[in-house]
Amino acid sequence: MRPTINTRVKQVSEVIGLVHGSGGEASRKLVEEMVGTYLANPVIEALDDSATLDLNGVRVAFTTDSYVIDPIFFPGGDIGSLSVNGTVNDLSMVGARPVALTLGLILEEGLPMEDLHRILGSVKRSAAEAGVLVAGGDTKVVERGSADKIFINTAGVGLIPKGLKVSSADARPGDAVLLSGSIGDHGIAVVSKREGIAFDTDIVSDTAPLNALVASMLDVTHDIHVMRDPTRGGLATSLNEIALKSGVGVMIEEAAVPVKPQVTQACDMLGFDPFYLANEGKLVAFVPEASAAAMLEAMRRSPYGRDAVLIGRVVADNPGMVVLDTAVGGRRILSALSGELLPRIC
Amino acid sequence: MKFAAEFRSRDLVAGIARNIHRASTGKWTLMEFCGTHTVTIFRHGLKTLLPDNLKLVSGPGCPVCVTSRADIDRIIALCDVPSAVIATYGDMIKVPGSRMNLSERRARGADVRVVYSSYDALALARRHPDRKVFFIGIGFETTAPSTAAAVIKAAETGLDNFHVLSLHKLTPPVIGALLEDGTEVDGFICPGHVCSIIGARPLEPVARQWKKPCVVAGFEPGDVLQAILMLVRQLEAGESRVEIEYARGVSYDGNANALAAIERVFDTTGSEWRGLGNVDHTGLVLRSEFAGFDASSFIEQEIEPVPDPPGCRCGDVLRGRISPLDCPLFRKACTPERPVGPCMVSSEGSCATYYQYAGEASE
Amino acid sequence: MCLAIPALIIEKDGGWAKADIGGVVRDINLDLVDRPAEIGDYVLVHAGFAIRKLDKEDAEETLRLMREVFK
Repeated sequence: MRPTINTRVKQVSEVIGLVHGSGGEASRKLVEEMVGTYLANPVIEALDDSATLDLNGVRVAFTTDSYVIDPIFFPGGDIGSLSVNGTVNDLSMVGARPVALTLGLILEEGLPMEDLHRILGSVKRSAAEAGVLVAGGDTKVVERGSADKIFINTAGVGLIPKGLKVSSADARPGDAVLLSGSIGDHGIAVVSKREGIAFDTDIVSDTAPLNALVASMLDVTHDIHVMRDPTRGGLATSLNEIALKSGVGVMIEEAAVPVKPQVTQACDMLGFDPFYLANEGKLVAFVPEASAAAMLEAMRRSPYGRDAVLIGRVVADNPGMVVLDTAVGGRRILSALSGELLPRIC
Repeated sequence: MKFAAEFRSRDLVAGIARNIHRASTGKWTLMEFCGTHTVTIFRHGLKTLLPDNLKLVSGPGCPVCVTSRADIDRIIALCDVPSAVIATYGDMIKVPGSRMNLSERRARGADVRVVYSSYDALALARRHPDRKVFFIGIGFETTAPSTAAAVIKAAETGLDNFHVLSLHKLTPPVIGALLEDGTEVDGFICPGHVCSIIGARPLEPVARQWKKPCVVAGFEPGDVLQAILMLVRQLEAGESRVEIEYARGVSYDGNANALAAIERVFDTTGSEWRGLGNVDHTGLVLRSEFAGFDASSFIEQEIEPVPDPPGCRCGDVLRGRISPLDCPLFRKACTPERPVGPCMVSSEGSCATYYQYAGEASE
Repeated sequence: MCLAIPALIIEKDGGWAKADIGGVVRDINLDLVDRPAEIGDYVLVHAGFAIRKLDKEDAEETLRLMREVFK
């Protein structure tokens, strides 16, 4: 006889923990709670990578992001390139052509001037590559200990072509799921420099602006249902959010998902699963089956889409669920990230 | 030969699965003792390759999961020691004590650092002579030697600001305890890396006295399936022997160097296994010769044993009596973000593994 | 409960070695290994320590057993 307990115990934290920022379930719940309680409106409730505003008939994408990464310099990039590319990508994922961004800097007392120069040099180069304007910014300095070297906040705007609607809620049974390249690179590049578990690797962050790639995809067709850049929480979390919002099932073929050998090795060493590692220069796209071949061809002609592949399809069964056909021939559920990604030895 | 990828080949796995289907006629229940085996099984979806007459249950082989709340409270208590730095493997950060976990204590100001190796904790102590470094020694026999090695090094170099809180546990006696407790399992998939240290010999009592076949398995999908095949063959033939599937990782006698390090530094004692209670001869405690390196001398307050919350069925899950899916708290009051019991805490605890990999469509 | 992975020793200095784990390079300690391991040997690494020297013959024998067809 089972003991009777109140299974509807509300899980309330008294303080914010790191888990709330990890991109997993706790993050999602926190955002939904805050939005639901204080900020509810039809624009924000879409909870897409960017908000879509209608300004006198012109559809504008508007997004914000904060970058608090540690270490601030990592193989393949730094907090500067990350902020520009991240913002450009959030806009691109709703089909917008990124136009401009603002750069808010919060600097910790004691940050070497040389580091700031290096980061702003990165910002300049990334903005030039993406073809976006850094239209404004703000700088604040806080006491030693009140920030970790440098925090960057951005706000970005872009223009959405008439009639185009790309949203996480639009995946449909029969859609092909396309991935622009290998997963886990950024996550491992960053972890490889983390104190306590550092190691040498050739893996560099994949941070890149995806607006040119998206433009070449839109040239094939505007009938793209979903686009998402799988950052915090990894590919698995993004696929789950899409499956949930669209009310569809997603089947993924593990053997088709590109993972660099060194990423696999690093994951084996630390107990990570590449499906949950952050990516900063990749996108997953849901397109009608009929467009898949042409779309892949177009993606592969673009610098950041060279390794684009078909990784799965959308089905009507098991709505909200992502199922993985494993590389050894088994099958399992691929859930969203729960908890934090912590290295383990046991 | 790369020693890993070859054992993950799709064709190899398919072949072993075919062999298992051909070899098994009876209904058998096998227990994978080790949490890392549970993860391998789930991550590669291996259950979907097995015949329906084979059932796999997960055992208590997750050192994090079986660490008592009182022991976590001891770690939290160490955070209050002036100039303390807690050095720990990542596994421990989210394990709940009776009031909070290490991550939450860090949010409230404790200096907690994740390390990959016990020698990293030694290096931390050397770099910061003004701080007291408390290394949390968690893990089974696989990890105990590295804690021992660190203590030996600290003693050799007179590093008196380095201390160890030994929460290490030993495994073979627990398999016997499970069977004594009435767990109904026909054979054991035994932990490959524990046996890299202790060898296969300590499993003989399980095979001889309890008549349960034991196969020491590696961690690639091919290894786990081959071990299952070897168990099925024994069971079908009515045998109960200790066999080693993981020949590349395990010898019958084990690693004498590592065993010597454990023997030099540690003494055995009883220890509290969450969900199982106290099991004799399963804890490792620093010998008196190394008392100066024992972190427990810094813990002034009496830490009361803490019962698990009402409704928590980790004990039954750890003993293989029920599946996580049978626990009324699973996925409702108990999630990886807010774990109630130990099985949900470690990312390789049964419940956390089921939650992450099995979803609602399993079993 | 124990993550350990195969690594190739590419440099050695007393009790320390540089290990190549499929392209990822990390420092490891050899104080606990069961048999002497040299440059060019594979070892099993757990929590920064080599806990076993890996023999090609053992691995190949296991693969051979795995490939047997059960009738």
